Amino acid sequence: MVSEPLIRVTGLRKTFGNHRVLDGLDLDVRAGEAVAVLGANGAGKTTLLKVLATLARPTRGTVTVAGHDCAKDPELVRREIGLVAHSSYVYEDLTAAENLAFWATLAGLTPSAAERASALATVELERAAGERVRTFSAGMKRRLSLARFVLARPRVLLLDEPFTGLDQRAKKWLEEHLASFKAGGGAIVMTTHSFGRELAVADRIAILAGGAIALDTPRGSLSADDVHRLYTLHAEDAS
Amino acid sequence: MKRLLGFLTVLGLAAGLGMGFGVAPREATQGNVQRIMYLHVPSVWVAYLAFVVVLVASIVYLARRSEAADRLAHASAEVGVLFTGLTIATGSIWGKPTWGTWWTWDARLTSVSILFVMYLGYLLLRGMIDDRERGARFAAVLGIVAAFNIPLVHFSVLWWRTLHQPPTLMAPGPAPVPGIIKAALYVNFVAFTLLYSYFLTRRVRVLRLEAEAEA
Amino acid sequence: MVVVWKDLLVERRSKETLNALFFFGLLLLFVFQFALGPDRERLAGTLPGLLWLGFILSGLLGLGRTFVAERENDCWEGLLLAPGDKSAIYVGKLAGNLLLMLVIEAILLALFGFFFNLDLAGVLPGLAVVIALGTVALAAVGTLFAAMTAQVRARELLFPVLLLPVEAPVLLATVKATEAVLLGETLGSVAHWLKLLAAADVVYVAVGVLTFDFVLEA
Repeated sequence: MVSEPLIRVTGLRKTFGNHRVLDGLDLDVRAGEAVAVLGANGAGKTTLLKVLATLARPTRGTVTVAGHDCAKDPELVRREIGLVAHSSYVYEDLTAAENLAFWATLAGLTPSAAERASALATVELERAAGERVRTFSAGMKRRLSLARFVLARPRVLLLDEPFTGLDQRAKKWLEEHLASFKAGGGAIVMTTHSFGRELAVADRIAILAGGAIALDTPRGSLSADDVHRLYTLHAEDAS
Repeated sequence: MKRLLGFLTVLGLAAGLGMGFGVAPREATQGNVQRIMYLHVPSVWVAYLAFVVVLVASIVYLARRSEAADRLAHASAEVGVLFTGLTIATGSIWGKPTWGTWWTWDARLTSVSILFVMYLGYLLLRGMIDDRERGARFAAVLGIVAAFNIPLVHFSVLWWRTLHQPPTLMAPGPAPVPGIIKAALYVNFVAFTLLYSYFLTRRVRVLRLEAEAEA
Repeated sequence: MVVVWKDLLVERRSKETLNALFFFGLLLLFVFQFALGPDRERLAGTLPGLLWLGFILSGLLGLGRTFVAERENDCWEGLLLAPGDKSAIYVGKLAGNLLLMLVIEAILLALFGFFFNLDLAGVLPGLAVVIALGTVALAAVGTLFAAMTAQVRARELLFPVLLLPVEAPVLLATVKATEAVLLGETLGSVAHWLKLLAAADVVYVAVGVLTFDFVLEA
């Protein structure tokens, strides 16, 4: 029985110079839950994700992931999370297999060749394993990014607009993959600015506007149109 | 507190300059121009002091993330660069009538110039990073590297070129300086240190106000 | 160290850095020749300085590119997110840079020997010691500063501006020591310079290892 949320954000404020991007943001995510954070461009979705990923320090407030404070023990948090962002963290001149080997070693893992091959197979890249990433499509790069976490098995997956730029087949694959991740007890936070597939996987929808979560509601209770309406409403409120 | 510091500074400076330019004896060969030593030497000591403060404040900042430590490092670097500039200027002014050139590659002038450029780079780095927290972190690292470099600079330049004026007060070995001159120098050290502290506290205050205004 | 392996692989595939630096070194030689004229005697006198000038200029270019792969591929955050001691990444990058610089320096030395008709046979061991000590100092600070400037505006300007003053004592020491060695003197006669270089090496690497975490952090 999980009592403590896997992710707990309280009163988060993040300021860049003079610009206050996030202010008074609260968010809880439990194990096995997927939250879609909806927001306009520039609303601070990526910033929120960065703070959760320990890539940015909170100016004020507390952020706890998997029991560790992001500001005080970032290294401990990093062991538990996987970040899939716009930049896919792959070296173009290396092959898929080499990239995976590099990241695995850097993360302190020692997967056997078979395990690495299996990871690539899970993300359906086994045939492209020996190709240089330079030749990959966006979807393939994203899948390679995820292959890292097949090996590392983090407890939290943070994804920044994961469905953008993927073709239908890749989107379907991602949906299934995220669903099985959830089923395995992981928590997911995804950001998005559209009302597509992300919402299908999400259990809750949080609308980010005005620097905080304006609305946090289970997806089941809303239809896509409802979401659209509420989103536009809050986006207007914020501006 | 600041009033007192300001007052003491003025007093110290008056005493120091009075001693340097009035009481101390006129140097035989160089004449009155030599009196600029009473500005030049204390200047370089205070510059070194300022950079040691930068080192300590930088370490404290990295260890504790104290914004106050960061402001102290920043301000001390600024004042340090100021005094380093003063050292170079006074050295140059001393040099022109004495040796006929504005610039010489003697040990002190060269070392100090290297320090000057190093810490100017420090200020430049701070200026070019918009993210306050990252700027503070990087500057702290640079402050540490630069400070550890100071002895390396000192010795390498010393061995490279000891022209005239072996730096008597800072070289290893006895200092052949008569009493009254020593006294005048020390009074000026104190005066300049007070001046440094005064500038420092004012700069730290300005930086703190700026930070508060932004938050 | 996996970082070295990765960097070597990337380099071998793209061949950007090594080729460019090789040509740069060649060009430098021509520039020196043109700038200083054909007078053999004059050139011979300035040789140690020219050699290290060549090393430092190539170093500035090569070291400045330490994190270019991370920057171009947007992998910077990936390095940061990898759990574990970040100093290992520093050591890895340092080792890679050392290797790169030593290769370039060897090539430059050979080119110098060729163009200026030097007899390097006897002095090579001594020279190697001086070059090794100096290069460690260059690479240690260079790697650290490269990380710092990688994400700053005008990094191509800031990197040399920060690196050169710090490396001034190293430059002084290496040129003096090289001068002595080329004249046929023993290493013992320049022991003080070598000790300075060794001290610099220890200090720079130690500071690099201890502070790299802070530089990499977001």
